[in-house]
Amino acid sequence: MPTISLGFIDWLIVATYFGVVLGLGYYLKRFTKNEEDFFLAGRKNSSWVAGLAFLSANLGALELLGMTGNTFKYGMYVAHFYWIGAIPAMLFLGIYMMPFYYSSKIKSIPGYLKLRFDEKTRVLNGISFALMTLLVSGINLYAMALVLHTFLGWDWNVSMWASAVTVAAYVTMSGLMSAIFTEIIQFFLIWFGLFLVSILGIMEIGSPAEIMSRIPPTFATLWSTSGDPSQNGMMITWAGIVLGLGFVLSFGYWTTDFLVVQRAFSAKDLRSARNTPILASFFKMALPFIVIFAGLIALALSRDPNSGFALVQEGGVTNYDSALPLLIVRYYPSGLVGLGVTALLAGFMAGQAGNISAFNTVWTYDIYRSVLNRKASDTHLLWMGRAATIVGIVLSIGTAYWAKSFPSIMDYMQAIFSWVNAPLFATMLLGMFVWWITPNGAFWGLIGGMGTSIVLFFAVKYQWIENSAITLSSPASEMAANFWRAWWAWLVCFALTILISLVTRRKPKEELVGLVKGLTPEVHDESVPFYKKPEFAAIVSLIILVILNIVFW
Amino acid sequence: MTTPNAGMKSIWFFVGLMLLIIGTLIFLAGIVDFVSPPEHKTVLAGTHPAIWWSLLMIASGGVFLFTHRNKRHDV
Repeated sequence: MPTISLGFIDWLIVATYFGVVLGLGYYLKRFTKNEEDFFLAGRKNSSWVAGLAFLSANLGALELLGMTGNTFKYGMYVAHFYWIGAIPAMLFLGIYMMPFYYSSKIKSIPGYLKLRFDEKTRVLNGISFALMTLLVSGINLYAMALVLHTFLGWDWNVSMWASAVTVAAYVTMSGLMSAIFTEIIQFFLIWFGLFLVSILGIMEIGSPAEIMSRIPPTFATLWSTSGDPSQNGMMITWAGIVLGLGFVLSFGYWTTDFLVVQRAFSAKDLRSARNTPILASFFKMALPFIVIFAGLIALALSRDPNSGFALVQEGGVTNYDSALPLLIVRYYPSGLVGLGVTALLAGFMAGQAGNISAFNTVWTYDIYRSVLNRKASDTHLLWMGRAATIVGIVLSIGTAYWAKSFPSIMDYMQAIFSWVNAPLFATMLLGMFVWWITPNGAFWGLIGGMGTSIVLFFAVKYQWIENSAITLSSPASEMAANFWRAWWAWLVCFALTILISLVTRRKPKEELVGLVKGLTPEVHDESVPFYKKPEFAAIVSLIILVILNIVFW
Repeated sequence: MTTPNAGMKSIWFFVGLMLLIIGTLIFLAGIVDFVSPPEHKTVLAGTHPAIWWSLLMIASGGVFLFTHRNKRHDV
């Protein structure tokens, strides 16, 4: 494809973004005086700030490109990632889990595992999370450089180093606060920078109904073809969507992944923390109006020989990620191109900052202070957080170069989440809601769940078993195998944790007050009107979710 | 009592500032294209999306900037 060329004003817009984020990091440094400011943004954020950051930490450019491409490939089924694959979990986090997280004053998810279970479970999760974060961060950096090189013709090394150094500079200066500020700026850039693609696409084709009429009927539904995997593009049944994506992967990610949950910890009080994921759920539900619409517009245009629109072919293989950049080239004149490119850059860099700010917290509290230096002072921990930021960026760059020489590492990226997050959700669920779950049950259950996921991944990769052995249906796509692998990992962890807990030593009930439902007094804030309560917003969110699923059934 | 971020400007102020600056740059580009249309035209170039979209950005940025010009971060 012809690369997107930037004019003077486009470059000026890109430079403005870099100037704003670096300036913000410098401005916020004067307010970063202690470790709580650095790692938890001073716990002063409103639910709007924390909520938009919560959403944006997950809203990377790779996801925008990938999900638009996936919509081209699979159709409306991709909306499941935004609706059933996110909303119930976000609401569950806000209503049921956040009171335990926030009220126990923990600084990280592994910190909860230490209080609820023991040190070894905390360190196991801390190390696996830190490794996952660095790996994902490095792969993201590599992918960013690859995208910028492919679509903009930018030099691989320059774009990677420029963005990594910028992120290192502003996160080192002011930690989570600068990461949150830039995530909110990214949120607005993405909406203003990319929603226009959908608007112009609709203007060109005529209407949303016209777009739907131009694509295959099976690509325009959400559930009605999910009874038979051969009838939908994703080759999956409704059971795989509900159990694998809607339950395990979604709850595993949104309720236990510290990268997103850390934003809620920065809220100024418990009600704001509970509202954080609930407010974010409304914006999450709206994202398909950028991503899914763009994918469907690209699909409709590609089926019209007069449109002159076709995805990039590389060696006979379709590059689905090219859908969104091609639409930008098609519709955006000078100035808007700069905005579109800046939106993608912001997505990449904010994702990088999110990974690094989560890594520096888990490293500092759950590995360094927990294992290496138990007597570290607050000042020392603040210094360590800044050092961990720089080291984390350097390791990410190293991982990016490794990924460059070993591109198949990208295949592991989706799988990594089901190695770490899927079993952890079983541990958290049992830990928060069943008081007699024991430290040894949690530890060995987690090991068993993670092991199951890894073994199943390699068993399919090296063809020891077929995908259909995991998905219990045929045909089965790689995506379907991902969903089902997460389900089996969760189930093994869940069952093992219960079985081992039946025969191992329990923690006394009095040590679990504030950590487990049933042993913790429930606090009701009667002075707050009903419409400001998290439960009310959650019900409204749930109703909208049901309506969207019915409309696109 | 002084809070750790007392005096810190609201994030919405910076969001407004950024939308205003970038919106203005896009508006200028749109005007240049309107006065002197480029050789390579994008699809729907005749609707001048850079002009009306940038006006929306400028208006949104202005509202954010004005309503949060004196507010602290945590409100």
